[in-house]
Amino acid sequence: MCGIAGIFNRYGKPIQGTEIIKMLNAMYNRYDGRGAGFAAYGIYPEYKEYYALHIYVENEESKESVEEYLKGCVDIIKDDKIPTRNVKEIPKKYITWKYFVKPPENIKNEEDYMIDVVMYINDYIDGAFVASSGKNMGVFKAVGYPWHVAKLFKIESYKAYCWLGHGRFPTNTPGWWGGAHPFNILNWSVVHNGEISSYGTNKRYVEMYGYKCRLLTDTEVVAYLFDLLYRKHKLPLELVCKILAPPFWKHIDKMPENERELYSALRVVYGAAMLNGPFAIIVSNGEFMVGLNDRIKLRPLVAARDEEHTYIASEEAAIKEIVSNPDYVYAPIAGEPVIAKLEKEVLVELLGVKK
Amino acid sequence: MIVPEYKILVDKELCINCRRCVFECSFGAHVYDEKKKKIVRLHEKCVGCFRCVATCPTKAIEIIRNPMLFDRHHTWKARYIRDIKIQANSGSVILTATGTDYDYPSIFDRLLIDACQVTNPPIDPLREPMETRVYIGRKPDVIDVDFNGEKVKLKTKIGPYIVAETPIMIAHMSYGALSLEAHKALAMAAKECGTYMGTGEGGLHKSLYPYADHIIVQVASGRFGVTEEYLKVGAAIEIKIGQGAKPGIGGHLPGSKVTKEISETRMIPEGTDALSPAPHHDIYSIEDLARLIAALKEATRYKKPVFVKIAAVHNVAAIAVGIANAGADAIVIDGLRGGTGATPQIMRDHVGIPIEFAIASVDRRLRQEKIRNQVSIIASGGIRCAADVVKAIALGADAVYIGTAALIALGCTVCKRCYTGKCAWGIATQDPRLRKRLNPEEGARRVANLIKAWTHEIKEVMGALGINSIESLRGNRDRLRAVGLTDAELRVLGVKVAGD
Ligand code: SF4
Ligand code: SF4
Repeated sequence: MCGIAGIFNRYGKPIQGTEIIKMLNAMYNRYDGRGAGFAAYGIYPEYKEYYALHIYVENEESKESVEEYLKGCVDIIKDDKIPTRNVKEIPKKYITWKYFVKPPENIKNEEDYMIDVVMYINDYIDGAFVASSGKNMGVFKAVGYPWHVAKLFKIESYKAYCWLGHGRFPTNTPGWWGGAHPFNILNWSVVHNGEISSYGTNKRYVEMYGYKCRLLTDTEVVAYLFDLLYRKHKLPLELVCKILAPPFWKHIDKMPENERELYSALRVVYGAAMLNGPFAIIVSNGEFMVGLNDRIKLRPLVAARDEEHTYIASEEAAIKEIVSNPDYVYAPIAGEPVIAKLEKEVLVELLGVKK
Repeated sequence: MIVPEYKILVDKELCINCRRCVFECSFGAHVYDEKKKKIVRLHEKCVGCFRCVATCPTKAIEIIRNPMLFDRHHTWKARYIRDIKIQANSGSVILTATGTDYDYPSIFDRLLIDACQVTNPPIDPLREPMETRVYIGRKPDVIDVDFNGEKVKLKTKIGPYIVAETPIMIAHMSYGALSLEAHKALAMAAKECGTYMGTGEGGLHKSLYPYADHIIVQVASGRFGVTEEYLKVGAAIEIKIGQGAKPGIGGHLPGSKVTKEISETRMIPEGTDALSPAPHHDIYSIEDLARLIAALKEATRYKKPVFVKIAAVHNVAAIAVGIANAGADAIVIDGLRGGTGATPQIMRDHVGIPIEFAIASVDRRLRQEKIRNQVSIIASGGIRCAADVVKAIALGADAVYIGTAALIALGCTVCKRCYTGKCAWGIATQDPRLRKRLNPEEGARRVANLIKAWTHEIKEVMGALGINSIESLRGNRDRLRAVGLTDAELRVLGVKVAGD
């Protein structure tokens, strides 16, 4: 059992960190204190064209190795401490640092290059891991209850247009800072409640495309699948969701021909990308936030909308905690994604993307 | 002296001298002595097929393994002594059938399957949908779509591939080796279960054309029965390069089995030996294979997937990569334990590698080469039960072929005498008297029952694994653990030891 929550302002307007904290706190009995975290989008507007690396290191020595490595492969535009305060419930273990970096010009694919940089640090630099590596965003996570982790990282002081939050009750992998959610790679962040029974199949599938699953959690494979299908294979988000949680054959067989052809093709080609087992996930890349359940809804997920926001959480209580009167509250059916996208104008302004 | 393998025991009190056994035994082990007016039993002729046991009206007969075949010597085990005697008499190669009966350790038996407890719920297959549909054939890595914000249009053409409702297909066994009745039963069962049966290398009898959409037609080195119509009528085409029971050698159907009907289907003269050469005489390299694949695709207008079947030999992974790159849509790997209707014993028992290792290394290698999507893997050879199917898929296979298991469902008792043409159960014979013993409808029902029962069992296991679609099991080695295997074996299999 875990608790997940997300808030997204479709107009890109900032939401105070207190909101996501309140959401998570409302689901207090879903955690056991072995991990919690937050992903915040839109928090570094002055450095928005650079990759913001949140790197957690065990000691100064590891920090030096990280910096030495970074200097060799990217331009460090600025670096600084990620502000923290002392929290007695979290005996501090990591030095948390942020680096705004620019990959060299004339590389073939900037994003693939940055993934390699991240993978290198995770794989080869002892006592260091990259908590997040997107632009204008960051992940804050640690071992502890959500309210303690929020206090540690001063989450209440940040303003983000998209927040993801997670509190853990780990059952399959050990509790360590790197194992806490959100899991992130580049702009992708994932919070996840459940277990992925198809992990072995999914992992071997993404490995074929050069991703390495190393963080001892089945959640990272979700981020890689999104990156592969959405960014590399350029599939529309709606279809990506239908690949991860596809309709059953008995439904596909009854679809009108065009649709049947499409959905059959998705299953035939992307069968190994299907996520099987009980899960509820919330994923964001800054452009959108999507909530998704497994095909038979073995984990809770509730969503709501008001004029500007979309809310997703494990429990309705979390949503009710911060909006007393949402326009529309509902429990999405199994495999039906909840999608919130930035309005087009905002997309250009915030992220500089033209679609 | 050659010690007989079996002993025929007859309960004198029960036997009513009806001579049914004399009629039923196609191997001449029960003989009626006209002079003495009694039945004599020729133990040395008995092959242990149990036909007489099953048909004796008073249940008077019992067949036992001859107790004299004990191992007097650790090195000179009874089987070696027996074989030496036989060869000292005959001066020839020992023929046998089915798969190897050497006690090589079974890797399947060293693998254990996972199940869900608490943290992820098992799924009840009787209440929730459980999907076992598989699609065999070439798939692109990426789908291209047109998306205008609302409607999605598929731009990539997928396939050709075949769809089976269960990962269990029926292996290639030829008409000629098998009776028409057996062939028909298998074809009917395949259709009934929404799966496929292979023709083997003997062509397809015209009377089976109604089942052709569930039949995979084989092209082997003898090219028997290969016509344009034959290629077009099947659901898929399989080029047979080799076979697990006899890797590296050809096939031989004795002239005695080449009846009129078989000669017509195979397109060879009646009564002549049907010899399949060891190599295809137009395939001496991978380029040649690529050309044959292309030719078969061209001949069928690119509508049929083309499979290539090889025996699991030492270098199987590299060969599989070559086959995939040569354009095959599926690779069939036939393991050490694969069966046959006739093979030199030495080939059956000593050549090849176990299917479990072959699946694991082929799957891994195709992934390393980033071409796993391009070809399906069909595993065959010694699949004995539904658990073997689950394990084969978890190791990386898309589907399996069952041969011997399907024949056992038809009535085969694994007596290993298929090559004699005297199969007492009407399966591996052309003798009209024996063929009558097999009723195709009844046989089809039994084979279909078997496939359905195994499919149910697979669903049970998937439910316990918390997986509701078979593609989430494919290559999911995380859900297997091993007992009693060495580190090196674990490495090849990509499986962790139990407890880890
Ligand atoms: S060969 Fe078969 S039918 Fe003949 S005696 Fe032996 S078991 Fe009976
Ligand atoms: S098919 Fe017939 S001859 Fe061959 S092993 Fe089975 S029972 Fe014996």
